[in-house]
Amino acid sequence: MLSVRDLHVYYDGIHALKGISLEVPKGKIVTLIGANGAGKSSTLRAISGLVKNIKGSIVYDGRDIAGQTPVDIVRGGIMMSPEGRKIFPHLSVLDNLMLGAYSRNNKAEIQKDLEWVYEVFPRLKERSGQKGGTLSGGEQQMLALARALMGAPNLILLDEPSLGLAPLLVKNVFDIIQNINEVGKTVLLVEQNAFAALKIAHYAYVLETGSIVLEGTGKDIMQNAKVCEAYLGG
Amino acid sequence: MSLAMFVQHLLNGVTLGSLYALIAIGYTMVYGILRLINFAHSEIFMLGAYFVFWGIVLLHLPWAVAMVVAVIVVGALGVLVDRIAYRPLRDAPRISALISAIGVSFFLQNLAIVVFSAIPREVYRPDWLENAIVVGDIRVLPLTLFVPVLSFLLMMGLVFIVYKTKPGLGMRAISKDIETSYAMGVPVNRVIAITFGIGSALAAASGIMWTLRYPQLQPVMGMIPGFKAFIAAVVGGIGSIQGAVIGGIGLGLIEIMAVAVFPDLAGYRDALAFILLIGILLVKPTGLLGEKLEDKV
Ligand SMILES: Nc1ncnc2c1ncn2[C@@H]1O[C@H](COP(=O)(O)OP(=O)(O)O)[C@@H](O)[C@H]1O
Ligand SMILES: [Mg+2]
Repeated sequence: MLSVRDLHVYYDGIHALKGISLEVPKGKIVTLIGANGAGKSSTLRAISGLVKNIKGSIVYDGRDIAGQTPVDIVRGGIMMSPEGRKIFPHLSVLDNLMLGAYSRNNKAEIQKDLEWVYEVFPRLKERSGQKGGTLSGGEQQMLALARALMGAPNLILLDEPSLGLAPLLVKNVFDIIQNINEVGKTVLLVEQNAFAALKIAHYAYVLETGSIVLEGTGKDIMQNAKVCEAYLGG
Repeated sequence: MSLAMFVQHLLNGVTLGSLYALIAIGYTMVYGILRLINFAHSEIFMLGAYFVFWGIVLLHLPWAVAMVVAVIVVGALGVLVDRIAYRPLRDAPRISALISAIGVSFFLQNLAIVVFSAIPREVYRPDWLENAIVVGDIRVLPLTLFVPVLSFLLMMGLVFIVYKTKPGLGMRAISKDIETSYAMGVPVNRVIAITFGIGSALAAASGIMWTLRYPQLQPVMGMIPGFKAFIAAVVGGIGSIQGAVIGGIGLGLIEIMAVAVFPDLAGYRDALAFILLIGILLVKPTGLLGEKLEDKV
């Protein structure tokens, strides 16, 4: 479904991604783990068309989307839930969700997805008129996930969805990611919480200062001693 | 002051204030989204008035039709200004766009001098504006009813667009977080273009109504009202549409009332705006309804 080849990302003077390649097969959960500053967000932002200065190819459904505008990429069926959730605190929960559906025009289908999203996240339905900023951290993360789903993506990019959440909520979030995957969404999951991510991922890549240093199935990586010491805290 | 006089001053103040408010809305919307002070906005105001004049003289349009046409054409012109002068600088340091704005302002003003000439022109005013309505001992000029009512309707239209339509949702999102708006698939440049179009159309409407009150056309006519409207936007809280409306109407009322109560102050009228600005900013640095805006890098 998504095939990244030799991707480089540059910020003025900083070579943040040094030619990474990765595959995200249809229907799978693939995770990209690594320490802070490794280049995980840069990878997702490059796929979403948010960083301009990139090199390499990003082939999605057979077409190279590198260099396309974010709007085109969203229309093509890729939605991102950015790091730090980035919900709009001054807008209502409903408006936040509608922003996720901004690129779509079929009102009936949007309404149908809204109802589905409200079913998955009943809390959001209760609070649909409330400002996003008044939600708790966990609820904001649910809103960010739901907002991404409102774009009716085939591929969903999640940037550290467990960031700053209490352990119980983290489990909750990962359960939901698995559910999302089971209804047919392909997931590229970026995490610092390697252990939780590896548990649900079909395949994993380990990123270190802009390069992929290790890849394998979630289980393999979890058993790999190197990862244990570097990312799972022994 | 008799009640009759008070009512007249009040209507005059609201009339002047509505005109400031319509201009201030454009400043505040553009600033809210791009953190850009659109210096060309006062020239947009001026062009609205000129286009009506030429619509009547050259195309023999009735006044109302000329006004609608001018508002639409100037709205489109605002979109064009953004496309040519600001959009290419979207990723440049903010000072570049600011300098570009000053450039556009000079350009449009000088273009107006070349094309329209600097000689002030008389403005055609529709007949129905001339006859005062007399209720008891209150004498009301139709203008002081027409301007606030039309302004109110335009503002209601704006509220509808901002709070009930998709581009409006895009505007509210972009003004808070442009990067995440991009990520959500909001066509940011198109939404910004719509914002310029709306702001410019409102400024044009203000310029046109301004010449009903001060019936003289000049290429520099936008400078003072534009400046005061900008102050009104800052006083109200730059970035806030409600703030721009309150700031604009408040400034108009204060100007008219102050001169009515202290006729000796008439000469200092233009200074009032600054006194108000300094006074408000000392007490509330973000303006009346402003929230702290994070700096955009
Ligand atoms: N907008 C930016 N401008 C300059 N450097 C950046 C920017 N974003 C990220 N970087 C740098 O790129 C590297 C990778 O960052 P990032 O992709 O955010 O890593 P991660 O998400 O794995 O923490 C870091 O060294 C970071 O400082
Ligand atoms: Mg990151």
